[in-house]
Amino acid sequence: MSETVEQVQNLIQQRYKAGFFTDIEADKVRAGLDEEIIAMISAKKNEPAWMLEWRLKAFHHWQTMKTPNWALLKVPAIDFQAIHYYAAPKQKNRPKSLDEVDPKLLETFDKLGVPLHERARLAGVAVDAVFDSVSVGTTFQKELKEAGVIFCSFSEAVQEHPELVQEYLGSVVPYTDNYFAALNSAVFSDGSFVYIPEGTRCPMELSTYFRINARDTGQFERTLIIAEPGAEVSYLEGCTAPMRDENQLHAAVVELVARKKAKIKYSTVQNWYPGDENGKGGIYNFVTKRGDCREDDARISWTQVETGSAITWKYPSCILRGDRSAGEFYSVALTHNHQQADTGTKMIHLGKDTTSKIISKGISAGKSNNTYRGLVRIAKRAENARNYTQCDSLLIGKTCGAHTFPYIESANATAKIEHEATTSRIGEDQLFYCRSRGLDEEDAVAMIVDGFCKEVFKELPMEFAVEAKALLEISLEGAVG
Amino acid sequence: MNDMLKISQLKVAIDDKEILKGLDLEVGPGELHAIMGPNGSGKSTLGYALAGRDGYDITGGSIEFDGQDLADMEPEERAAAGLFLAFQYPVEIPGVNNAYFLRSALNAQRKARGVEEIDGMTFLKSVRESLKQLKMDEALLKRAVNEGFSGGEKKRNEIVQMAVLQPKLAVLDETDSGLDIDALKLVAEGINRLRDGKRSFVVITHYQRLLDYLNPDHVHVLSGGRIVESGGEELARRLEAEGYGFLEESAA
Repeated sequence: MSETVEQVQNLIQQRYKAGFFTDIEADKVRAGLDEEIIAMISAKKNEPAWMLEWRLKAFHHWQTMKTPNWALLKVPAIDFQAIHYYAAPKQKNRPKSLDEVDPKLLETFDKLGVPLHERARLAGVAVDAVFDSVSVGTTFQKELKEAGVIFCSFSEAVQEHPELVQEYLGSVVPYTDNYFAALNSAVFSDGSFVYIPEGTRCPMELSTYFRINARDTGQFERTLIIAEPGAEVSYLEGCTAPMRDENQLHAAVVELVARKKAKIKYSTVQNWYPGDENGKGGIYNFVTKRGDCREDDARISWTQVETGSAITWKYPSCILRGDRSAGEFYSVALTHNHQQADTGTKMIHLGKDTTSKIISKGISAGKSNNTYRGLVRIAKRAENARNYTQCDSLLIGKTCGAHTFPYIESANATAKIEHEATTSRIGEDQLFYCRSRGLDEEDAVAMIVDGFCKEVFKELPMEFAVEAKALLEISLEGAVG
Repeated sequence: MNDMLKISQLKVAIDDKEILKGLDLEVGPGELHAIMGPNGSGKSTLGYALAGRDGYDITGGSIEFDGQDLADMEPEERAAAGLFLAFQYPVEIPGVNNAYFLRSALNAQRKARGVEEIDGMTFLKSVRESLKQLKMDEALLKRAVNEGFSGGEKKRNEIVQMAVLQPKLAVLDETDSGLDIDALKLVAEGINRLRDGKRSFVVITHYQRLLDYLNPDHVHVLSGGRIVESGGEELARRLEAEGYGFLEESAA
């Protein structure tokens, strides 16, 4: 009997490996959202007055807004007063270095495959680890500092580099932007901050790992990346959460600023808990990500692999302001069981000779729904803008849905816009062909899906491409048959 | 000596429609049997039923392959047991590297047989050799499986797979159709190279010309879901000359 239980447990673990919970005492604010809560969060972080003011302005604006309902998603009503907006592992003093961090926390990140201690760190990748509402530590800070690069938690940036935060915060995604961005602006608790000085190529990959742990909380982080003229950086984020029957809210904001000739590459492997096979539990993922190619010849590239979350609402976008600036969006979005995803991008061409490229791969299985939604807008003054969009959907089984909503708005006759879209079902003929050569059904599906996603995977940093591939295989277990 | 393949009174239905209606065929080790017959007679159905395609329901009779009953075996188990089907229309798998596909397939079969995985060098050597023999560009190894291949390249790629997988029994479903005369010759040579006195072949074809190169041990005519005539090479020549018309007379 116990053996059977164990087998079932193993199976579940295999399906969602990051589903464990870390038993650690949390410093949690009471549930609810009001001015007092916001002031408490700000006070906990010892923020300057301007920061609190900004939060409150965002909150007041948010109170005037309604939840967006244009996406092809069924979103149950969220009780914003039932959520705890701040939860942090209890620590006596703020640890000065990673050696002082609670071993339980280090162990958690170890288990997630993101070791923070010096012995086992990923070579060549600096990691900022965010646990619920706070960053628990950032690796390789000394090495990065030598290169002039600032990579730290957002809270630390507010203390140490307030002038940079004040200048850039909200400059790409203003708090008035949308419902969830306004909410985030009011209550955001931590996140990562990156500053690459002029002419500097960041000497290693930067990465943030987001972990939701505490119950009934939401995670609201902000990431701000600033690349000065000629600077280059590649940044990656990963996300996981415990398996729970209740839904949890994650509403993040990411702002990227690329100045003249700067290059930012931003990759995401999103694996929030997706809920169980009956659609119970899972993370609601409402995220606003936007990059601003603020000056000429700037370049911003988004790559995302979205396999988790019960609901995904996310459109990493590029504002192509500088002449000859370029934006790219590579996406793999996989939905299974009862997951819903409405994701895509916006490419806003403002400068002359700007180019954008969109490669979107949607995979739906089970009873899930997967939507691509993308906007390509060419402004009147954007002479000779070019866009190429390729949007492919792959269906596994007969009870899932794939939808494509491409919006094109061009106010300049010199624009060249290409759009290609395909929808296919994993063919019975492809499966049989693979099996007739000796591959079992699951390996065959994994191979076909991997092939379908190839164009996107090759954009990911090496270590993560392997992880992303493995993740897809796990997420698709039981999708066929 | 035991048969490599023994099909007895096989009945196969697709969507409740009976296509094979009591087919008998025995193929001994090392033999090459050709199966000819008019369109719609059930030739491809036979190939798919042997390989175990879903939807090809065995409603009667039996298939014994190398002493095993095939009925309850999954397609991948049949492959691991040494059965290979060269497809009439090889399938494209976008984004999946051709060499990677073949190596994964080979290793999956070896794993199922309890044999160690093949190392990369040995594999590459073997596949390069086969490509060379079939006069195929090595660049095809780096392309996606059958994607953007010409019709002839797809068919030759099937022969490369067969050569690398080294099956005990190969069923070739109209591998000659759509090939020009040079490619036909290469494919025939590819088959003949694998004839080692033990490996058996069932070659499904419409045309005499492939058989001219293969010298089959037996030629069968499949019509209306049954083998209606069997003979030697001379039967193929007669069919080429006279068509299938005479069958209807003898059936009537």
